[in-house]
Amino acid sequence: MPEEENITKMIVISDAELPSDIAISAYKVSSDVTVKETCYGLMVTGKRQEVDKVVDAVRKVNPTKIFVKERGFPPGDLRRCRANRGGGPRPGFHQLKEELDLLPDIGKGLVLVERGSKPVPLPEEKSIPVDIFKKIIDEEAAKYGGNNTQ
Amino acid sequence: MKVFIYPANSLILSDLVERFGHQPLTIMKEIRKKVTDPGLDSPPMNMTPDDAKKGLKYAAIEIPSGVRGRMSLMDPLIEESEAAIIVEDADYMFGCMGCARTNELLKYVIRTKGIPVLELKYPKNENEAKNFVLYIKEFLDKLGKTDAKAGEKQKLAPEPKAEVKK
Repeated sequence: MPEEENITKMIVISDAELPSDIAISAYKVSSDVTVKETCYGLMVTGKRQEVDKVVDAVRKVNPTKIFVKERGFPPGDLRRCRANRGGGPRPGFHQLKEELDLLPDIGKGLVLVERGSKPVPLPEEKSIPVDIFKKIIDEEAAKYGGNNTQ
Repeated sequence: MKVFIYPANSLILSDLVERFGHQPLTIMKEIRKKVTDPGLDSPPMNMTPDDAKKGLKYAAIEIPSGVRGRMSLMDPLIEESEAAIIVEDADYMFGCMGCARTNELLKYVIRTKGIPVLELKYPKNENEAKNFVLYIKEFLDKLGKTDAKAGEKQKLAPEPKAEVKK
């Protein structure tokens, strides 16, 4: 039954909050879940209904700074846990780190959503024209005595 | 409404879709079914030869089994999807040729399915990130809100590639 399955959700904090503070808010909501504090936030494991309840409550603490994603592997799983890997980040952390860097900007976007802003088409980045590019190459090549006849 | 996201494991996309009242279809759900299965058919990931056979639905027999296996993992997501958000040029999406070809095939299947698709580029700076969020909000609002948790389906007028913004 889908309601009975055990799931894990990752709560990721972009900035301005500490994982320990968020963990306290999570413990206040439900005692039927396992909360694990990590460097990027929390991992909450339990029945789907309970986990969703905790996640909804935690998100309200700071809606534009707290992000949530589901995780496939349970916490501490031997196939992923760093404890058994002899050091180094776990598989999957590199992507999370890449997205963590972008979260403050996404948070600013969420503030704009609250204000009811509309998207503005941005000018596309264009490549440098070939003629100008050739000129730069020739200039640079001339500095080092290279062949600039082409 | 169930929204397929690409990259299928993106934190930002899955969070935004859930936040704006829809249900994200992420690869993590399928992975969980595989790795928490009590049977140990093929540890550690429990991908079996049967999965490669299931992938024949999308790719011919001469296509490498890696692509077919990956497509079989994605199959439930493709089947359930009622809308899709495809984000191109994410830095972390590089990988082996098996992953690259699967991703190409996956995007093709989604685009030809006839569901509304929003296509965006991965944001590189603050302004792009703000626009990224606003475009996703606008797209999801248009889809018509359903109660994601109840999983109720709502009929959507078929408008393939309703939103294509690059």
